[in-house]
This record gives sequence, structure tokens and C-alpha cells, in this order.
Amino acid sequence: MPVSPASQLKLIERLCNACAVSGDEGEVRQIVLEAIKGFVDEVKVDALGNVLATKRAAASKAGAKRVRKLPRVMLSAHMDEVGFMLVGDDSGGLFRFETVGGMDLRQLPGKAVLVGRDHIPGVIGARPIHLTTAEERRRTIPLDALRIDVGPGSPKVKLGDRVAYATRFQRSGPALISKALDNRLGVAVLIELLRNPPTNVDLLAGFTVQEEIGLAGARVAGYALAPDLAIAVDSTPANDLPRWDSLESEYYNTRLGQGPAIYIADGATFSDPRLVRWLAQAGDAAGIPYQFRQPGGGGTDAGGIHRSRAGVPSVSVSVPHRYSHTAASIALLEDWKNTLALLKAALERLSASLLAKERS
Amino acid sequence: MTELLPFLKELISAPGLSGYEDPLFRIIEAKWRPLVDEVGRGKLGSLHGLRRATRKASRDAKQAASVMVVAHMDAIGLMVTDIVEGFLHVTSVGGVDPRILPGQQVTIQASGSEGPRTLAGVVAQPPSRLLPPETGDGPLALEHLLVDTGLPSSRVAEWVRVGDVVSFAQPPVELSGETLAGHSLDDRACVAALTACLEELQTRPHTWDVWAVASTQEETGLKGASTSAYEIHPTMAIAVDVTFAKGPGSSDWNTFPLDKGPTILIGPNIHPALHKAMQTLADRLEIPYTLEYTPTNSGTDGLATQTTREGIPTLVMGLPLRYMHTPVELVAVKDIERLGRLLAEFISSLAPDFIEKIVWDE
Repeated sequence: MPVSPASQLKLIERLCNACAVSGDEGEVRQIVLEAIKGFVDEVKVDALGNVLATKRAAASKAGAKRVRKLPRVMLSAHMDEVGFMLVGDDSGGLFRFETVGGMDLRQLPGKAVLVGRDHIPGVIGARPIHLTTAEERRRTIPLDALRIDVGPGSPKVKLGDRVAYATRFQRSGPALISKALDNRLGVAVLIELLRNPPTNVDLLAGFTVQEEIGLAGARVAGYALAPDLAIAVDSTPANDLPRWDSLESEYYNTRLGQGPAIYIADGATFSDPRLVRWLAQAGDAAGIPYQFRQPGGGGTDAGGIHRSRAGVPSVSVSVPHRYSHTAASIALLEDWKNTLALLKAALERLSASLLAKERS
Repeated sequence: MTELLPFLKELISAPGLSGYEDPLFRIIEAKWRPLVDEVGRGKLGSLHGLRRATRKASRDAKQAASVMVVAHMDAIGLMVTDIVEGFLHVTSVGGVDPRILPGQQVTIQASGSEGPRTLAGVVAQPPSRLLPPETGDGPLALEHLLVDTGLPSSRVAEWVRVGDVVSFAQPPVELSGETLAGHSLDDRACVAALTACLEELQTRPHTWDVWAVASTQEETGLKGASTSAYEIHPTMAIAVDVTFAKGPGSSDWNTFPLDKGPTILIGPNIHPALHKAMQTLADRLEIPYTLEYTPTNSGTDGLATQTTREGIPTLVMGLPLRYMHTPVELVAVKDIERLGRLLAEFISSLAPDFIEKIVWDE
């Protein structure tokens, strides 16, 4: 089924504007279930809230006798985003809150937020500059000095409510500006792959929960789907900003505009070298740009999947984006499209012998 | 009275940094034109609306006394100082705490070789590895923050020029309890109060001429109020500006309750007789207010009007606002309505010889 670029963008926008802080992913889960309905052979929601879907190869359904059985491929994309939870009521519409997922406290002051399932608006303010001292301005505003302010009426918010940034998705030329690009971009890639799948291979899709707080969703999804190999589709920081001293930066991690980032090693996983080569060769053969993420820290769902059961050869592919885990991240639509194209091309050339080869 | 909220939301959805207030001038002029007899513009860009006295003071009075009521329309923001690899370096226009900048969405009024255009951007906090080692995990100085448009660097070079202004893009947010959050409510909430005052005056007689002024460059040194007061040369001036509302991190003596009415200032910038008259009136009308004590200069347009020409008797009114100089400033809409009504009541209560009859109470 042909997919129009306009409908892809609409899907990304809808996913980004939904709120799904780790542990409360229902809103994105509903969009996923709706988007893949009728496109998959099996779908279920597991005990943690992961959406597990299976799309069997068209070839196998047609009854064609395959000479060699292809590996069962798991694709994983986490649905959750970083955010906050209301943990203390100061009365008058003012709430103490805690962060959920890795947040830089310097990014919090002066932002609009949405509280709870009804998206009640609120703001995180800051003490007026006029009332601060120079000494105070040299220090980061601590979390316990910040409040979420929903106004002094009696809005329907309560302790335990999740809170997400209120930023609305927008386009700026070739760029997308939004909250939660990490990892709605990956979720959108996975949805598009299921809606327009490669015909040769069985896809096991895991739309996972709680990635931002420790890969719990990926761990159980990997166990349940029991794949032969896995690809985590995520979003990774592009630190391709100029250095303060104008020297060339060695710490860019990835760069916008250079295509999907293939992982060799991050803080949680050593990618299976055979899968890295397979992805790179697919990109070379199809003329799809890609880059290697600089080996370093961080982690993806692959960290949970590759050690499930007896072990799963795994790799991660991410859409690069700037200002991860903030109210406003920036990605290029082109990089997202190339991520989808690279995965499609690689799956289409997947061979039964891939995992029979030497690892390196 | 027309709905105040939609107008205020329009005011805080527009750019209009100090020195670049044209977008605001156009919006306010359109709103005020039917409410006043004459509209003019000061040499530094302030909007002057004259509403003439509805009745003469006496048969032989040549000229009515006049009151200038001023709220500033300019806002704080940023200005482009350099363009490096498609990223913008910025300086601040007015008092900006750099700690509220990372992750803010902004609008760039680009004026490059391709003509004027509006660009979306984000204030970027570069990763620590790209910064001087001594920066650590602390807040970044403005010089290390960048504005990112997501556009290719070649485009940015064509479209953006050093000196282009950058304003906050935070859309207005309606919160519970009839409160509104957004950028530039300092002092456009008071422009809305002044507008409500003009609307009230449509049905009230007043013997004084009323000069409604939306002043410029308050945030960068009270310039518009000062020059407009000189040009208009009013008998009396009332400056209306926001003040600190009680809220998170703001609970000291110099903060005032939200939604409990405007503040009436006491201090060196305020003529004690005017203060007394306003307080007496508020008490009589049972309009809630709080007294605000300003031991030294009030930091408002009132300082400028008071010291213009030979000196102008001045009154300063405050509107409590939380999170001042952030993109999520917060006000209670009822306070704006109360302030507008109180201003109108005060103006219509002025006797023609009010100023001549002032005696120092010592």
C-alpha cells in the first residue's frame, strides 16, 4: 500500500503531541493500536503495556515453500517519553514534582506543561530576575524550588498525575521541532514498516514502555517475542553544535542530515558486528545515507533485548535529533525518511545465512 | 465592555521588543481608535490616544486639565550578535535571566538579504563537552547559549542578520481560576487594563482630558514614557505596571497576592495626595487592592513621568504577576478588570481643580 508523505507527517505530529510519560503510555499505545489495526496478523498488549504485533511475510502466507528459513526479526521502538509526576500539593494550584527519566534541571524553568490524562495546562515558573542575587544566578535552580502551577481554581489534577511538556509539533523548513521526538520518530518508523512491510520476512514488533527509566518494557518484550535477531529503532542526540572556541568538535555523537545512526557500541549494548555490516551494506547498495553513532554511553531497548532468554544478536538504529529530553528537540524529516528506507532495504536483503557468518 | 481576554491574548502573541514595538502599535491602535478622539505617535514610537473631557470644567476654562495614563507595550527578549555555522549568538534586550532560556521556543524577526521573514527557533544549551571545562554543570552564561532554527547554515546566512530581534514564542496558556500565562504580560496586561479603562470611560463623564499612552523602551530605560510625558505635558500622570505576585520562590514583603486586586504604590515616585485619593476611592468603591511599599525608585514609567519637565505629580499602580521576565508570566484576569475599572473611576472622579487644591499634609 503506498503511503503518502503527508500522512506520514500527520502520524509523526499526532504521536509527538500525545503525552506518554514512562509508566503511563496509554495515549501513544492507543494511536499505535489504531494505526496498525488491519495491517498485522497478531497484536496484543502485555502485562507491562507493551504492544506486541506480528506481521508474517507475504511469501509465507501465500504458501510459497521457502528454501531457507529467514531469521525472525524483532523491531523495537519505545513509546514513552521523559516527563514529570506530581508528588506534593502546596495548595492553590501549586504542586511539587519529580522528574521521570533523565532530565537536565537547567531545561525546566519557564516551560508550559500538560498535566494528567485531561491535559490540564500548567506552567513551571521561576523567581523573577529582579528578586535574585548575582550569586543565586550562578547556580542551577534546584528542583525543590520549582513548582507546577495550574492556576488557583480547582482544576482536575491530582498527585500521581504524569506531566509532559506542552510544546506543539511544528515544522521549520526541513526541520521538525517538537517534544518527545525521542522516540516518537522511532515509533512512526515502526508503524510505517508494519503498514508497508518487506515481503520476505516475518516482523515481530515491540512498541515498548518504560525505556527512559530502565528498559523494563524491552526486557519482557524480547522474552515474549523470542526473536532470532533484534533492531531497536530509537532517536539519539546530535551534538553537532559549534564548539565555544571554534575548534572542530570530536564529540558530536551524530550529525543532523547524515542519515540514520547505526550503533556499534553504547553504554548498554555491543551491537552484533554482523548486523552492523548488514545495515551498512544495505545502505551502500541502495544509496541511502547513514552514519555510525560515536561509540559511547547511553542505551536503547537493545540493552534489554540482547540479553533476554539465551541471548539475541541486536543492533540499534536511531534518528538523530538535537536537544534530547527537552521541551523542544529538532530533527530533520529527511533523516527520518532515510531511517525508514534503510531498515526497509536491509530487511528486504536479509539472508538466512546472516547469523551463520562469523561475528567478526 | 468587550471581552478583555481575546485582546490580551492577541497582545501577548505578537513580538515587540524594546525599540521594535511596531507590531504592538498596530494592534493597540486598532483597538483604541474607536475609544479616543485622536491617535498620535511619539518620536520614540509610543502610542498616544487622546480622549477629550466630556464636559468643560467651567464656562471660562480655556483648557481642561489632563491626565496621562501609561502602560508600556515593549517586551524583553534577545538580539542576534553573531552567526556561526547556522547557529545564532544572542544578547539580551532588557533583563533576562539566562537560566530561563535553555529549551525556549523563540521567533526570529529575520531581516536578511531575502527580505523580512519570521523564523522559528529554539534556544540551545550546547552539551558540556563543547563548552569551556570550567563551565561544569552550572547555568550557562548567555554567551554560550545559541539559537537553532534547524535550517541549513546557508539559508540562515541569507535570511538572518546581526541585529535581528528574537522574541519568546510561548503561546498564551489559559489556566484555572481565570488566570492567563504567557510571555510579555509585563506589561501588556496593563495595556489591557488601560484599554478596559478607556472602554469604561465611554459611558462616564470626565472633566479631564485623558491621554492613554502605550509607551516604548520601558525595559531598557523608561525612554518612551519620559519623552511622551514631555511631549504631552500632562497635569498628572498614572503609570500602570506589573508587580511581583506571591508564588513559588516569591513570598517576601515585596510580593502581593494574586487575584486580590491591583496594588497602589507608596514611595518617592508617588505623589502622596494622589495616593491618598486613589486609596480613598478604592475603599469607597470596595474594589480590593493591596498597598505596595517602594522604599526607593519604583522602577516603573512613573519614575520617568515624575521627573519630566518641571515635574509631574505621579501615581503608580501595580498588577500582581508571577514569574516576571519568564515566558510563562501569570496574571489573574479579574485583577486586570479591577485595575481598569479603578482607573476609570479615578479619572471620572477628578474635579477640574484637583491638582490646584492639593495641600501637603505635614
